[in-house]
Amino acid sequence: MSYISAKDLSIGYDGKPVLGEIHFQVEKGNYLCVVGENGSGKTTLMKTILGLIPPINGRILYGDGLKKNQIGYLPQQTELQKDFPASVEEVVLSGFQGKMGLRPFYKKEEKKQADLNMERMHIGGLKHKSYRELSGGQKQRVLLARALCAANDMLVLDEPVTGLDPKVTLEMYDLIADLNHLGITIIMISHDLDAAMKYSSHILHIDKKLFFGPTRDYQSSKQGNDFLQTLKEEEDD
Amino acid sequence: MIETLQEYLQYDFVRYALVVGVLIALCSSLLGVTLVLKRYSFIGDGLAHVAFGAMAIASVLQMTSFTYLMLPVTVLAAVLLLRTGNHAKIKGDAAVAMISVASLAFGYMLMNILPTSPNVSGDVCVTLFGSTSILTLKKEDMILCILLSVLVLLFFIFFYHKIFDVTFDEDFAKASGTKVNTYNTLIAIIIAVIIVVSMNLVGSLLISALIIFPALSAMRLFKSFKGVTICSAVISVLGAVFGILASILMGTPVGSTIVSVDVVLFFLCRIIGRIGGKG
Repeated sequence: MSYISAKDLSIGYDGKPVLGEIHFQVEKGNYLCVVGENGSGKTTLMKTILGLIPPINGRILYGDGLKKNQIGYLPQQTELQKDFPASVEEVVLSGFQGKMGLRPFYKKEEKKQADLNMERMHIGGLKHKSYRELSGGQKQRVLLARALCAANDMLVLDEPVTGLDPKVTLEMYDLIADLNHLGITIIMISHDLDAAMKYSSHILHIDKKLFFGPTRDYQSSKQGNDFLQTLKEEEDD
Repeated sequence: MIETLQEYLQYDFVRYALVVGVLIALCSSLLGVTLVLKRYSFIGDGLAHVAFGAMAIASVLQMTSFTYLMLPVTVLAAVLLLRTGNHAKIKGDAAVAMISVASLAFGYMLMNILPTSPNVSGDVCVTLFGSTSILTLKKEDMILCILLSVLVLLFFIFFYHKIFDVTFDEDFAKASGTKVNTYNTLIAIIIAVIIVVSMNLVGSLLISALIIFPALSAMRLFKSFKGVTICSAVISVLGAVFGILASILMGTPVGSTIVSVDVVLFFLCRIIGRIGGKG
């Protein structure tokens, strides 16, 4: 059984559908990129996958040992976090909260695991730094480390390179690719079609017409080519 | 001056007043950081006005302790107001404004229609700005105050990390399995309890100051959540102790004296933060 599968899913807010007839599967180890125009419903789909909002119709099935609430999530930065006093360690450790139930304090193993995840993201040296004083790229690494504390199997990333400069963007993509090579399943919402083509194993293009399939097939599909073309034209403008 | 203080401190009721003041200050500062960061500052104010309305009803009913009515009414209002959550800010704003002004008007009208003492404006003044002296607190209120404060402290220590989690990133917390709505409701209840307890010390118009100033001061100085929380508790307790002592010495109303000290501390922290390059 797949990690995540959706069939005839329709999503939206407050009972009003934004998008319907969605179908896709995510297998263990996949790297799925969700692409589409602004306002096409990418974020809504992501929130539905994460269980933040209920689907309007149909269901998302979680299988192969994956539970709905054990998905690591890398959200976009919120306004609130800009002046939030928090150390890097505090933020990363909070990733464990979902698994802790009513237990009030962190265990030693959890602190060790948090240290390890910070090392993996190359931010071990920033442990006691203030989150709000970090650069955009460093903040994303902190949030990735937190997501890894929340889940070892699957990460959902919401436009992880927004606002980063080209060099840091590349580093971020490499970091995510490394995690994927280690067996972590990735679902990424992206604006960046070039990167999606380069890194992903599967593409879900949401629009009036839906495309779901391996990245190779998308590249040779008419829909893929058309979308690439429109994006190129927009860039040229 | 010190002699006068020593003389006062010989009396049990002065010492009790100090203990109660310190406990209230400690509790009110703890959730201040969360309130400020979640942009809930205005809710504290609104709830305090609801508590004022409830107090007016309790006084008209001639209840022995006003807290027994104030507490459930304020808790209910808090739960209803915070249930709109983070995503309905404007609607929440208007709701708070409506409820708070309505309670204020209703309470004042009630106290005038059915006066329980010949000095209505004196009574109103006390409810709005706190007792002229904390020394006039009733013993029953004092014991209830201590009990509730201890409850708030225990809650905060036990749920400290959860409070951080749902304050810092509600969506992430929800996605990773934290029961965000439950904790938000719990936080709302605790805020209501804090407000009712603080009413005895500073009155309903000044409560927000007691909750928010220490948190804002601490945020000028510290960068981690833990640092800010501890610092804001220390600042709040200092403000309460200095405020109470000063009000005894100068014969000023206790609530406004404490808030004045808090304001001075805030500017001190700002200056220190600037110099330290952290503000």
